[in-house]
Amino acid sequence: MSEATYEREDIEAVLAARHTDAVQDRLKKGVVGVLGLGGLGSAVATALARIGVGKLLLADYDIVELSNLHRQHYFLDQVGLLKTEALKQNISRINPFICVVTIEKCLTEAMIPHYFRNVNVLVECFDRPEMKAMVLRAALTSLPGVSYVGASGVAGYGENNLIKTKKIGDRAYLVGDGESAIGPGLGLMAPRVGIAAHHQANQVVRLLLGIE
Amino acid sequence: MKVICNGEEQEVRAECTVSELIVSLGLKPETVVVECDAVILKPDEYSTRQLHEGSRLELIRFVGGG
Repeated sequence: MSEATYEREDIEAVLAARHTDAVQDRLKKGVVGVLGLGGLGSAVATALARIGVGKLLLADYDIVELSNLHRQHYFLDQVGLLKTEALKQNISRINPFICVVTIEKCLTEAMIPHYFRNVNVLVECFDRPEMKAMVLRAALTSLPGVSYVGASGVAGYGENNLIKTKKIGDRAYLVGDGESAIGPGLGLMAPRVGIAAHHQANQVVRLLLGIE
Repeated sequence: MKVICNGEEQEVRAECTVSELIVSLGLKPETVVVECDAVILKPDEYSTRQLHEGSRLELIRFVGGG
């Protein structure tokens, strides 16, 4: 393993060289909340950390289980850790200068505005449909000025291009095929969940860059 | 009477509630976000909120998996 240590300036220089100073400046100022750190959330947060989004609020109350590793960005030696802590560790190995705030709560609709009122974008990555609906409701009713990127319909191994990013309101986007629910015979798999997660992450980038 | 649901006309009985409409579409109320006449409804309003002729609804439905 490399013993080299890198300063903030080293990492920021390579990011700016690839993304341009103007883009990197916007990404670095970005504050993004990720709700749920499963297959979608762990991939979204990792992608945003890699490109140097400045601050990530990561919310989940669950621990990493062996049965998560088929699609979630964790490792065998992290089984039993809180997902928030495990993901924070992994992000720090990519870029230790990303500010990561962890929230280990089972979020309710009333709690969401309290924790996420200062983010630029709220990314809904929960598993259960009623939790997903709750986040959109909270965003639309209680978080003016905060953009929303949710997901619905990511299970199985259906056609790649049925995963879409649909604008559902002012600064609100929903990713997925809208139909493929988790259920008997239709599990969640890393490739298709990853397609959706990266649709979400790219929509976050577009919102941070001011592209509607 | 007729209501507009996700941009399409739909025939419902007089005094139909939001939750009746959701169930009639084969959906579970708790998995749907409802905007009725430009107001986002709370889930506990679904069973009491009655539609009227020309009510405009936007339903956003979520399925499980993440």
